Amino acid sequence: MTAAAVNRLGELANADTWLVHRGRFLDVAFLLEVGPAQYLIRIRQGRVEAVETGPLVMPRWTFALRAPAEAWATFWKAVPPPGYNDLIAMAKMRTLEIEGDQHPFMANLRYFKDLLALLRDRSGAHP
Amino acid sequence: MSTGSQPDFEPIVGRYLRLPIAGKPHRLYVEEAGSGIPLLCLHTAGSDSRQYRALFNDTGILERFRVIAFDLPWHGKSSPPAGWHTSEYKLTSRAYVDTILAVADALALDRPAVLGCSIGGRVVLHLALEHARRFRALIGLESGAHADPYYNLDWLYRPDVHGGEMCGALVSGLVAPTAPEADKWETIWHYMQGGPGVFKGDLHYYTSEGDVRDRVARIDTGACPLYLLTGEYDYSCTPDDTRELARHIRGAEVTIMDGLGHFPVSEDPPRFLGYLRPVLSRIAEQSAVPR
Repeated sequence: MTAAAVNRLGELANADTWLVHRGRFLDVAFLLEVGPAQYLIRIRQGRVEAVETGPLVMPRWTFALRAPAEAWATFWKAVPPPGYNDLIAMAKMRTLEIEGDQHPFMANLRYFKDLLALLRDRSGAHP
Repeated sequence: MSTGSQPDFEPIVGRYLRLPIAGKPHRLYVEEAGSGIPLLCLHTAGSDSRQYRALFNDTGILERFRVIAFDLPWHGKSSPPAGWHTSEYKLTSRAYVDTILAVADALALDRPAVLGCSIGGRVVLHLALEHARRFRALIGLESGAHADPYYNLDWLYRPDVHGGEMCGALVSGLVAPTAPEADKWETIWHYMQGGPGVFKGDLHYYTSEGDVRDRVARIDTGACPLYLLTGEYDYSCTPDDTRELARHIRGAEVTIMDGLGHFPVSEDPPRFLGYLRPVLSRIAEQSAVPR
């Protein structure tokens, strides 16, 4: 997954009106780490306001999601294998670290699962 | 206004059963369909008997089996017992086993087969250890002797997080990514409808109190056959957890199910029934042999 793809997150999320609606009470900045690559993602009322690409100097965030680049690449496959199909699956397998104040993440868990799944490969049709 | 057509009822009949459990009066919702060998089905933590809708509608199974499922107290359409509002719900091995035996007795079931998933897959191990001769076969889906919690269970039951949204979102990834969308979301809907703290209370049994690792080697599959089936996408009870369980039980049969997760019965019924039918056929054949 390239930086360009993560940078498309705003465009993809904001076009998804049902996702934005479900996030309407959500205002948060979170850090996404794809291996060494850092992205500071700001959400306001369910819309992705900005995706700031690292390296970041003194970033301020509420929670961070960190996983190796290969783990995210596997998560973003059209049909991920067991252990990589879900954020909580990756947390269970210790490939995803969830740090910081998890409250907004957990209270809006479906939102964040769906948000990050927007980067999933949709080129191959799957049922 | 009549269109002249018959209503499209499913073969399921649901009724409310009054019975004492451990000396306390209870009111449980029980569904059944079919006739023949009693097959008692146990739903997963935080859900209810609707998970078994596909079994209840399978003509081939209903010809040979009397399929029965009940909602545990606190779940589905079963009531919690009087006084529930005075303490936090926590399922225990004792309460779970007592409930299953009470239902089997109240319905006068003759050595039923039991099919249980997740906490139901765990409790069949308790039944195998303590009451093997009361059952003709035990089928554990997503069955392990223990499950490590992989998130803080407090998220499931606190006033500043919506319980239904939380339970649904937490279990959504336990469904295999290849499951049909409608069945996946039906499965999640049941989780979203659970009462406050009920899923968490079930997980007390699943992640802590109901740990049977030190006892499973004593299970005698000669007294009652044990079939273990686990979905490849289950990260709550992984295929390795089930293999590890079976390593300690002589005669336990393990099947790892491709393309299924933690809710095989409900998330992708046609795929699951492909795995279940051969097991049911063996139970039927075994039941035809005079004892």
